[in-house]
Amino acid sequence: MATDHPTPKAPRTRPVSRRQFATCAAAAAAGFVLTACGPKRLYEMPKARLQSALKEMEAAYAAKYGTAVHVSDAPPLAGVEFAYALDISRCIGCRRCVYACVEENNQSRDPEVHWIRVFSMEKGKGVDFTEADPYYAPKEVPEEGHFYVPVACQQCRNAPCTKVCPTGATWTEPDGIVVIDYDWCIGCRYCMAACPYGARHFNWSEPAIPKASLNTQTHYLGNRPRPKGVVEKCTFCIQRTRDGRYPACVEVCPAGARKFGNLLDPASEIRYIIEHKRVMVLKEDLNTLPKFFYFYAT
Amino acid sequence: MKPAIFTALTLVACAAVLAAANQKPGGAPPAARADERLEVPAPPFTDGIFPCSSCHKDLKPNRTKRVLEQMHPEIELKHDEEHRWCLDCHDANDRDHLHLASGELVSFDESYRLCGQCHGEKLRDWRAGVHGRRTGEWNGHKKYLLCANCHNPHQPRFKAIEPKPAPQRPTRPGKH
Repeated sequence: MATDHPTPKAPRTRPVSRRQFATCAAAAAAGFVLTACGPKRLYEMPKARLQSALKEMEAAYAAKYGTAVHVSDAPPLAGVEFAYALDISRCIGCRRCVYACVEENNQSRDPEVHWIRVFSMEKGKGVDFTEADPYYAPKEVPEEGHFYVPVACQQCRNAPCTKVCPTGATWTEPDGIVVIDYDWCIGCRYCMAACPYGARHFNWSEPAIPKASLNTQTHYLGNRPRPKGVVEKCTFCIQRTRDGRYPACVEVCPAGARKFGNLLDPASEIRYIIEHKRVMVLKEDLNTLPKFFYFYAT
Repeated sequence: MKPAIFTALTLVACAAVLAAANQKPGGAPPAARADERLEVPAPPFTDGIFPCSSCHKDLKPNRTKRVLEQMHPEIELKHDEEHRWCLDCHDANDRDHLHLASGELVSFDESYRLCGQCHGEKLRDWRAGVHGRRTGEWNGHKKYLLCANCHNPHQPRFKAIEPKPAPQRPTRPGKH
């Protein structure tokens, strides 16, 4: 407004021009697209609406499973970036972690979904997935001449899976956990194709969880029961770790091979391991920058 | 001018919404790690075996290396047995305690000090939470296990165990 002189040629009642309308409409559309396609699905919802959505979800689960279910929306903790380390020299391949994870995270029992897959490898050949066997079933483990490499989501810093999702249903949280919003997943499975670790799993049928063994303490982005047709994976037990607890697999491991902690805390176990042990990541050449480390304590 | 101003305002509004959406949700900082006292569970004694002095107080110590037949026949020493004997760790005069190489008595719930005399790097890793299983809270109260909770001190090597079932192989449609 450079001048206050009223001009008779531009009366206040002038109708909106075609150009003006088109510009405003385009700007509004761009704004809508930018906000609607942002990755933070869960946190975009107004607090009150989110709370009522969680309540509805809890009621639906309660009706389905006949027991009270708590769905948490606990946010990331400030100053925390989670990381995991697994001692290959200690793992005995007993698969206790696989089944503890199934119980904790409400994975489907039929069809079977396992977030952790344990590979048996030959000591002479080193870590080589082309020769690895996940179906080993001897009477007793560890087997002579073998070692074991459990693989679940590597929680990559440079995660290929989140880049290919067409709906923004999967993203990396500020605490480093790669999560999936099952309500936004359309089941296209692009992320499964993108993941170099085979860490993502698809619910080909309605997941079957025995009512009695449902874990009722759940997180929206973690172990709440999933519908048919969505992808799921390890979330570092988001429902436990954001509450300060260790993941279920860490606590069950009889060999003490699994370690978990805060990468930003110099006094954490994970930092001790990275600073003192021989550490590696899987498929380092792919530049996925996993936050899941493998190490040799001995 | 007007459309330009309107567009600019819309973009500013969008940016504000985006910034709000990207804001890191608050959370409690991790608990302080000041409390580093090692809380350990009870030593894994066989029922009724402790205190050892209830039997040993009237027995004269027999320092001869031998196969135990009358009592403790289940103990087969496979822990550097060439060089080691019961009384290298168990104190002959105070049966309810162990002793270090220095002669200092240690209680059974501090047995990690005894083990750490030879396995120093394991003790160091264990204190750091890297050797052995930890449960509890990653940023707070952690529960340790004693060496003896996982390793039988007389035969410390892990016994082989039965693995849980292998995953199902993928099935082709129509085939099972």
